[in-house]
Amino acid sequence: MKRALLVLALLAAGCGGGQTASSGKTTLTYGLWDDIQQPAYQKCADAFTAANPDISIKITQHAWDQYWQNLTTQMVAGGAPDVITMQASYYPQFVANGQLMDLQPMVDADKVDLTIYRPGLAESWVKEGKRYGLPKDWDTMAIIYNQTLADQAGVDLTNLTWNPADGGTFEKAIARLTVDKNGKRGDEAGFDKTKVNVHGIVPELNDGSLGQNSWGNLAVSNGFSYIDKNPFGTKYFYDSPELAETVAWFRRLIEKGYAAPYDKTSSLGTDAVLNSGKGALGMTGSWMITTYLGSTEQKFAFAPLPTGPQGRKSAFNGLADVIYAGTKHKDAAWKWVKFLGSAACQDIVAESAVVFPAVTTSSDKALKAHEAAGRDVKLFVDQADDADGTYLLPVSDHGDQINEIVGTALEEVWLGNKDAQTSLTAANTQVNALFGTG
Amino acid sequence: MTATTRNRGDGRLALVFLAPALVGFGVFYLYPAARGAWFSMTDWNMLSEPGFVGLDNYERLVADPLFWNALKVTGAYVLMSVAVQMGVGLLLAAVLHRLTRSLLIRTLLVVPWLVPGVTTALLWMWLLDANLGFVNHLLVGMGQPNQGFLTSPDLALPSVSLINSWSGTGYTALLLYAGMLLIPRQIYEASAIDGAGELRLFFGVTLPLLRPILAFVLVVSLISAVQLFDTVAVATNPAGGPVNATRVIYFYIYQRAFTNFQMGYASAMALTLVLILGVLTFIQMRLLRASTSDLS
Repeated sequence: MKRALLVLALLAAGCGGGQTASSGKTTLTYGLWDDIQQPAYQKCADAFTAANPDISIKITQHAWDQYWQNLTTQMVAGGAPDVITMQASYYPQFVANGQLMDLQPMVDADKVDLTIYRPGLAESWVKEGKRYGLPKDWDTMAIIYNQTLADQAGVDLTNLTWNPADGGTFEKAIARLTVDKNGKRGDEAGFDKTKVNVHGIVPELNDGSLGQNSWGNLAVSNGFSYIDKNPFGTKYFYDSPELAETVAWFRRLIEKGYAAPYDKTSSLGTDAVLNSGKGALGMTGSWMITTYLGSTEQKFAFAPLPTGPQGRKSAFNGLADVIYAGTKHKDAAWKWVKFLGSAACQDIVAESAVVFPAVTTSSDKALKAHEAAGRDVKLFVDQADDADGTYLLPVSDHGDQINEIVGTALEEVWLGNKDAQTSLTAANTQVNALFGTG
Repeated sequence: MTATTRNRGDGRLALVFLAPALVGFGVFYLYPAARGAWFSMTDWNMLSEPGFVGLDNYERLVADPLFWNALKVTGAYVLMSVAVQMGVGLLLAAVLHRLTRSLLIRTLLVVPWLVPGVTTALLWMWLLDANLGFVNHLLVGMGQPNQGFLTSPDLALPSVSLINSWSGTGYTALLLYAGMLLIPRQIYEASAIDGAGELRLFFGVTLPLLRPILAFVLVVSLISAVQLFDTVAVATNPAGGPVNATRVIYFYIYQRAFTNFQMGYASAMALTLVLILGVLTFIQMRLLRASTSDLS
């Protein structure tokens, strides 16, 4: 009981600590999940406060997994951060519940130039004529590989091809990179697939309904399209044969011993396995550049994704800054969002060379900063520049449930319990039933 | 002073002493429970206003295969972990009671229990990892194939149950040991004179006289086993997986409430769970006649 009272007292004390400081000064809270990016945005905040002495910024950072749950709880309590970092697949549910502010009137009033952003980024934050965010950064995908292992195998990964039937030169390279305990490679006679020392590929199969880090890119390069209209379509195509073929190909990699069995896959993440040297290559996004190239355990390099039957396709995803509808400092919050979305702030972010900013000129600066640090990452920008080279991840209502349904259906395939077409067709029926379009 | 006046005076005094507990019970249990009951009949998603939907949530619950799967998984987990914890706990307590009463050993027993649940889960997640974990490193070193302890549908739930038994058994043993200390020594001495060996003493004296404590510990560990959450949330990937193999009822309720924002449905499940637990506890107490002791 004493403890309960203590909790109550603490709660009361906690509520006392207000958002606004004394004498007309405003303190804005800004929610962020990436700790690697926090120093860059702190610099932005300092520059912003220097220009607007009556507004100070307090950055709150929570890791990805806790971020969304915290945000919801804070919204229920009416105390979410004034400005929030938002991801495209999460924002529809906040919009549906009226938690985000429409920025369009302010964009119009201040005549914000939306053409400074990389094409496609600003539009994904518009729903029914209302604009909910200003673009912050973008990412594309590539192959990450262990340079040492690739040299030993004598494989060239710079221009791979892929198809769902025989896997093209991509599968040949993966086979060559796989080594069993006797030193036999995956493409040699006598290869023992039950005792593999180094797996050719570490596919991120546990990847929800998007497959951004694995099957998604290849499926799209095979002609798959997720949804009838993006953003905010209402009919998904998870039953398409192009997807099923791709998924079946990934399953065959497991059967051939080139990838670890799904039930014996490390839960510590692709980067942990690659860092241990027990895997040769994987697929990853540009937000992982510094993590991989800064590794002290292995020498890593990037290669473009393989070219599929429909060309080379990479997921293209962007983040944005949005304003919480319950904010008490609407004008100050807009000023901050406008600054975050400007070249001035994104140049500061570019200098730290962690992500590629949404503003095109800042993005170029980020590339230069990477190159100055000796990191060869131009292929991410090339991929984004290729008009046909990217696709936007699907954005729709019910994202959380679709993630669960499709994720579980795919697990059944990875485990070998169900075949790809059957499992995905059943999942697609469930998904479309959510929209009443089954 | 007559009996009646004394009683009345005590009643008032009792109320004063009970007040803090009652207030806490009301604010932190009764009020949230009543609110939960109301939410279970709404479509509240935490962000917009709740709308009354009658018994829709309960209808959905009956038809939800994942709810029944969660109950099944929880049942299997409870059986496994209560069996291991009670079995090993009883053994440890008996050894402590009859062989050594070392304070050091008693303290060491509860050390795993003192480690926070999330830390325990993380620790074992690393140790048991399919590719990089120490345990698999040993297995492979001995020429065995590696095992996906937490990633294979068959092994995940038993692994989770063993992880929690590792942390909980010491505590269970300590409770049982305390119960054993209540049994008068003379009974053991008398039985020993009559020629009973250690085994006979355990089954003929310790177990029957421990019954009320056993019942109490059984109920407590059963309820805490049903409340499994942290190990699943931390150590399995995707949490609750693979393919729902570790999606226990608490975790499922949490997912519906905080991942899918279906607070109404989650409340309906929570209330159903309270009902199930209440009935189970009642049956256990009845069967084990927990409120009476054979000592008196």
